[in-house]
Amino acid sequence: MNASMNYLDGNAAAGELSRIFAVDLTSAEGQCANCGAKGRFAEAHLYMKCPGMVARCALCGHALLRLVNAGERLLLDLRGMNYLALVPSELQDSGR
Amino acid sequence: MTIISRGFAGRRSEAEAKLPPGQYLTTDFPVLSAGPTPHISPDRWEFTIDDGSNVLKRWDWKSFRQLPTDNITVDLHCVTRWSKLGTSWQGVSLDVLLAGVKTDLLYAMFRSYGDYTTNLPLKDIVNNQAWIAFNYDGVDLEPEHGGPARLLVPHLYLWKSAKWVRGMTLMQQDKPGFWENLGYHIYGDPWKEQRYSEE
Amino acid sequence: MHDETPTARTLALAVDDWPGHVAGQHVDVRLTAADGYSAVRSYSIASAPSSDDRVEITVERLPNGEVSPYLTQQVAVGDELELRGPIGGWFIWRPGQAMPIQLVAGGSGIVPLMAMIRSHVSAGDKAQFRLLYSVREPGAVFYRDELGALSKQGDSLVVTYAYTRLTPPDWPRPAGRIDRELLANSLWPSTLQPSSYVCGPTAFVEYATDLMIANGHDRERIRTERFGATGERK
Repeated sequence: MNASMNYLDGNAAAGELSRIFAVDLTSAEGQCANCGAKGRFAEAHLYMKCPGMVARCALCGHALLRLVNAGERLLLDLRGMNYLALVPSELQDSGR
Repeated sequence: MTIISRGFAGRRSEAEAKLPPGQYLTTDFPVLSAGPTPHISPDRWEFTIDDGSNVLKRWDWKSFRQLPTDNITVDLHCVTRWSKLGTSWQGVSLDVLLAGVKTDLLYAMFRSYGDYTTNLPLKDIVNNQAWIAFNYDGVDLEPEHGGPARLLVPHLYLWKSAKWVRGMTLMQQDKPGFWENLGYHIYGDPWKEQRYSEE
Repeated sequence: MHDETPTARTLALAVDDWPGHVAGQHVDVRLTAADGYSAVRSYSIASAPSSDDRVEITVERLPNGEVSPYLTQQVAVGDELELRGPIGGWFIWRPGQAMPIQLVAGGSGIVPLMAMIRSHVSAGDKAQFRLLYSVREPGAVFYRDELGALSKQGDSLVVTYAYTRLTPPDWPRPAGRIDRELLANSLWPSTLQPSSYVCGPTAFVEYATDLMIANGHDRERIRTERFGATGERK
């Protein structure tokens, strides 16, 4: 789908997401709100070289999550996922 | 706690030139993208102007390339703080594209191949302020920098210069595009350092 | 600090109150210039979890890199670095999991996998590991001596090298990309239901993962970490 292979994956988002979430989200399973595909957040295609961070569905390219560091605020858009499913007993702390 | 890294300067260079506040001069041309690079062949490319209900104008690549062009040299200012001065482009002015378009609408949402959008007041893209550019530094614009054609609006932050542009929708009111609706400034004047939207 | 190759260096960092880490996790390193300009990059932790406050990262110097040239050529012993971490909850391996493990590394993707191998050794863990390590040429291999020594100690680690551009003299396989046959010969059969970890540049990870699935491995059991187009993260 993406011939230039210029993306990372959800693992690379963990550091930025640790500023908001107390637990690591990369092992969470999410469902794409656009195509319905389910997958680990770690497998999402991540674009970080932009004025924000965008995680996209590996199947259809829909933006699952967007994060912007706007100076004094962090803005998070999670509309691209129907849900994120976490198993509390398996979670890692997100790191300091 | 920020630790200053002894001797670290990054990729930047010293600048005598006047830059907008908070910007650093760069000599390379960073590639920033919110998604995969689209690859649009000329036989598929088109640019349309619509008003939300009707298509007012449409060009395919052939008819677009028959329009008169400008050669311009402009400075680029990215909200991620790099600035690149004296860049050379060739493109079709929005004045040419909007010629003969009669409208009371005051704003436009530019749309790109992929899901990127960005909004601009019409008064900021007419009168020699904006182009659809297809040539950078003497060669065809490369896909990673927005080719076959991108919007170029040098007086505002570079996120307003939508890569892989495919059309514009005229609007009654200003509405936020892809980044404007997630914390970035609705207008984006680098000289007033309008990076982010106010609370 | 010590050099792994002419272009890669391992840095040992003493971190106050390091909470400990799990093999596979990474740290984010932020460099800040005197005028406030900063750049952040992620680096996988190369060292095994241990009780001391020491963390090792191996950094490859990228030709157009902004941070890697500084870390591999300018940083001196005694300097301070700003770190965030440990980070990661998916691409990790802990001792005590029963099934066989297979690791597929492309270039600098070996770093987090080496942490897993080292963790396996220091814990005396019983799982059996197989590593397929794809590099451009012999001079680009990280940790060669250590991998050689470990693979000679019984059969808990079997290492296969694949060279894509230049091979050592008399190498049985001509230079080239990994393929299904090499994967089948160097990794576990899919019937054993191994856990897999694949790490390296994005194109390598996609390609290797597709090959493994074609060989019958279960996608659910393959964990991946992509290092971007050039192997640079961010």
